[in-house]
Amino acid sequence: MSTAPDFRTRLQDWLPKLVLAPSFAVTLLFVYGFIAFTVLLSFTGSKMLPSYNFVGWLNYQKLWALPAWNTAIVNIAIFASLYIIICTAVGLALAIFLDQKIRGEGVLRPIYLYPMALSFIVTGTAWKWFLDPGIGLEKVMHLWGWESFSFTWIKDGDMAIYTIVIAAVWQTSGFVMAMFLAGLRGIDNEILKAAQIDGASNWQLYRRIVIPLLRPAFLSAFVILSHLAIKSYDLVVALTGGGPGRATEMPATFMYSYTFTRNQMGIGASSAVIMLMTIAAIMVPYLYAELKEKK
Amino acid sequence: MGFLDIRNVTKAYGQVEVLHRVDIAVEEGEFLVLVGPSGCGKSTLLNMIAGLEGISAGEIAIKGRVVNGVHPSKRNIAMVFQSYALYPNMTVGQNMTFGLEMHGVPKAERDRALADVAKLLQIDHLLDRKPGQLSGGQRQRVAMGRALVRNPDVFLFDEPLSNLDAKLRVDMRTEIKKLHQKLKTTIVYVTHDQIEAMTLSTRIAVMNKGFVQQLGTPKEIYDTPANLFVATFMGSPAMNIIPARVKLVDGVPHAALTDADGAPRLLRFSQANLAAWDGRDILLGIRPEAITDPEGADRKSGNIQPLANRVTVTEPAGSDTFVTMTLGGRDAIARMRADAAVSAGQIYEFAVNMEKAVAFDPATEGRIAP
Amino acid sequence: MAAVTQDTAVSMGRIARVFIYLLLLLFALFYLLPLYVMGINSVKPLAEITGGNMMALPQVWTLDPWRSAWSTAQIGVEPTGLKPYFLNSILMVVPAVAISTIVGALNGYVLTKWRFRGDTWVFGLMLFSCFIPFQIVLIPMAMVLGKLGLAGTVPGLVLVHVVYGIGFTTLYFRNYYAAFPTELVRAAQIDGAGFFQIFWRILLPVSGPIAVVSVIWQFTNIWNDFLFGASFGGTSQPMTVALNNLVQSSTGVKEYNVHFAGAILAALPTLFVYFVAGRYFVRGLMAGSVKG
Repeated sequence: MSTAPDFRTRLQDWLPKLVLAPSFAVTLLFVYGFIAFTVLLSFTGSKMLPSYNFVGWLNYQKLWALPAWNTAIVNIAIFASLYIIICTAVGLALAIFLDQKIRGEGVLRPIYLYPMALSFIVTGTAWKWFLDPGIGLEKVMHLWGWESFSFTWIKDGDMAIYTIVIAAVWQTSGFVMAMFLAGLRGIDNEILKAAQIDGASNWQLYRRIVIPLLRPAFLSAFVILSHLAIKSYDLVVALTGGGPGRATEMPATFMYSYTFTRNQMGIGASSAVIMLMTIAAIMVPYLYAELKEKK
Repeated sequence: MGFLDIRNVTKAYGQVEVLHRVDIAVEEGEFLVLVGPSGCGKSTLLNMIAGLEGISAGEIAIKGRVVNGVHPSKRNIAMVFQSYALYPNMTVGQNMTFGLEMHGVPKAERDRALADVAKLLQIDHLLDRKPGQLSGGQRQRVAMGRALVRNPDVFLFDEPLSNLDAKLRVDMRTEIKKLHQKLKTTIVYVTHDQIEAMTLSTRIAVMNKGFVQQLGTPKEIYDTPANLFVATFMGSPAMNIIPARVKLVDGVPHAALTDADGAPRLLRFSQANLAAWDGRDILLGIRPEAITDPEGADRKSGNIQPLANRVTVTEPAGSDTFVTMTLGGRDAIARMRADAAVSAGQIYEFAVNMEKAVAFDPATEGRIAP
Repeated sequence: MAAVTQDTAVSMGRIARVFIYLLLLLFALFYLLPLYVMGINSVKPLAEITGGNMMALPQVWTLDPWRSAWSTAQIGVEPTGLKPYFLNSILMVVPAVAISTIVGALNGYVLTKWRFRGDTWVFGLMLFSCFIPFQIVLIPMAMVLGKLGLAGTVPGLVLVHVVYGIGFTTLYFRNYYAAFPTELVRAAQIDGAGFFQIFWRILLPVSGPIAVVSVIWQFTNIWNDFLFGASFGGTSQPMTVALNNLVQSSTGVKEYNVHFAGAILAALPTLFVYFVAGRYFVRGLMAGSVKG
């Protein structure tokens, strides 16, 4: 008679953890270890290669004094807020309209959503030439007889950032539509019927009942969009290349150019840390709440 | 030593003890039902017997072999789950023989065992279907078949009937009982349904808050509940619990209580030992079927006491009529014959079978008589 | 619910409905426009683009821009066309998708059916790694790939995509397996099946839908990636990086028709997957917002 578990039972107890261990170890090293290393670098005077002469907060002070970084911050603020607001508005409107027993919904939905399957590089290429005044929209309008039409945002330092908003909205608003549509379809029809019996007009129905019930979808959309916005690198590279001049510099492009082309690794690292902090401030509470309620 | 021994078994999650020193010896061929409200620890105990949960202290032995730490598949047990847990991707036949396959039983032998059990349960015609194509009752049979095919030492049932509708549940209950009578297998069966517990078991363990409140035959549990919890949990409608005081009249103990209008009433006890409680408060327990119309009273009883009281509500249930009244300041239910002439508001003379009365100590909630 | 229908209980007037249809069609045009522009201009001679109307159908239909984009266009310094890079992408995507999906399936299995203390934390840490701005790992990753001798190689890119992909694949399988009754696993344990047998015989046979979701999501993400490809691609650059090089090249005449053909080439695999298995694609996107 033994009370110690037999070998097979013990092995079975350990197997699950053994199977999970490599992934966890890789995550700890390649994500959290790397984050720690980058944080460390941001406090060093690393130039082209990592070095370990610590300079305290110097990189951060330099960073915030750089006009390029300030441009990047202003741009990301403009881009992220417009992108999130417009995507949400377009997505919500499309979802509500599509939810009105629309004939051909099965055709429209995939059309709204397909840009999400494309690379930002493809999106950027398409919009870059379409918005190019020399061959694109402006020229088309002129050829169609609207001689005074002018659309030169992509070449205009003050307006170029808005072309990035257009292309980004084009790419992801269909996705937001799908999220809201799923939320709408999840609402109990009896609640809507009850509200109609209570005498609510369509407008009141949506404003007072439906939209408040979509709160979780709003939250998810906000989190996903803001995380996409802060990470946006490819689209800027493909659409404007950060230009004209440095007019559409964003933190992601800033980080890349300072680290790999300007040999200012310490400053590049500190900008990456700031990007991480911003995303973490949004993602961590969200993930925490999501995982908590699942338990 | 029993066939299945549960010795001082304790389960704790960290600091929280959810099962306290459970001690049950199950004989071969016994049908033990663990019954209690949700969270009482009955499923935890079953899972510990199965080996699906570890044992914090104490030991469990099957046929004299301590199985603590032994893998579930090596305990020679089989389990029927609440959701039936049929593998959705396998046919009924594959479901039933999966365990034998895992234990390396040759195909020919598996097929023979499958054929026997399928015939016994009358599911031969279902063997090639997938679980998704079966009705609730059929799934239930397949789940039992999967257990039977293994020919295990002990069968474990985890609320197997709770997913069936009311009628099917009664049918399957009978089926399980028949099967047990035929195969004489040892069964541990978990349920929260006290009727299942009463009808199926040879012994019941009533559990609450991680303690076994009482272990006994259905009759012992029903007639002499160990405490207030067992008394009120087992039986439907529940036993009436009426605050009363013991009063000696000519040296014989009586229950002194108040009727619906607050007037004092006396009911003579059959249990002489209550004389020692003279002048003290008790809780009087009377099952609804022990309060009847005079014609419906148990003829064999040696102690039928009349009790006139005002009727609050009558509920005809077809086979019986349930009558609610106020006794000792609380609602009490009487179970009358269906055609007893009684209506709400009237004063009616009930017959109380005091031979079946039980008395509890209000402080400890333990039974003091009989 | 008494009546299970997909429609809302809301009804609108006729004029409102006309307005809604118009708006929906307008948006459909907006989404289709760039695809149309890319499509028709990729089969036009260059002169028709520079000298003509971008929206007009070609007067002369030609596949030359496609041939050029595929096999002769100048990418960086070599006139190789996109073909070798397309191949790089395939070589990178297939193993990266396969590995990350298998690992994610096993992780999801462990995290739902073999739960242990702290498992939610382990998962949370893995999940957060999907959402970090990858700029934060670029520098150390470049160093580690260099040390491993994987810098600028396809295996290096596979490694990177597996590492930063398992968070999502684990999420998918975890959410999917969470809805799978644990009693089945317990029944299989009593039946004598071990850890891998249960996975192989009980869970995997019903994992088809989520495996498709995971494969599609990983395929789309990895195929479309630019940052890692540009940072660590070296001589093994994927399609997206090559396309960008083609479009951004500042030498010579801008061959817009070739650029468009290249863009479509880069988009074709993911578009194909999208139109073949769109349902699963949407499901993957939804699950990406964490809720299962």
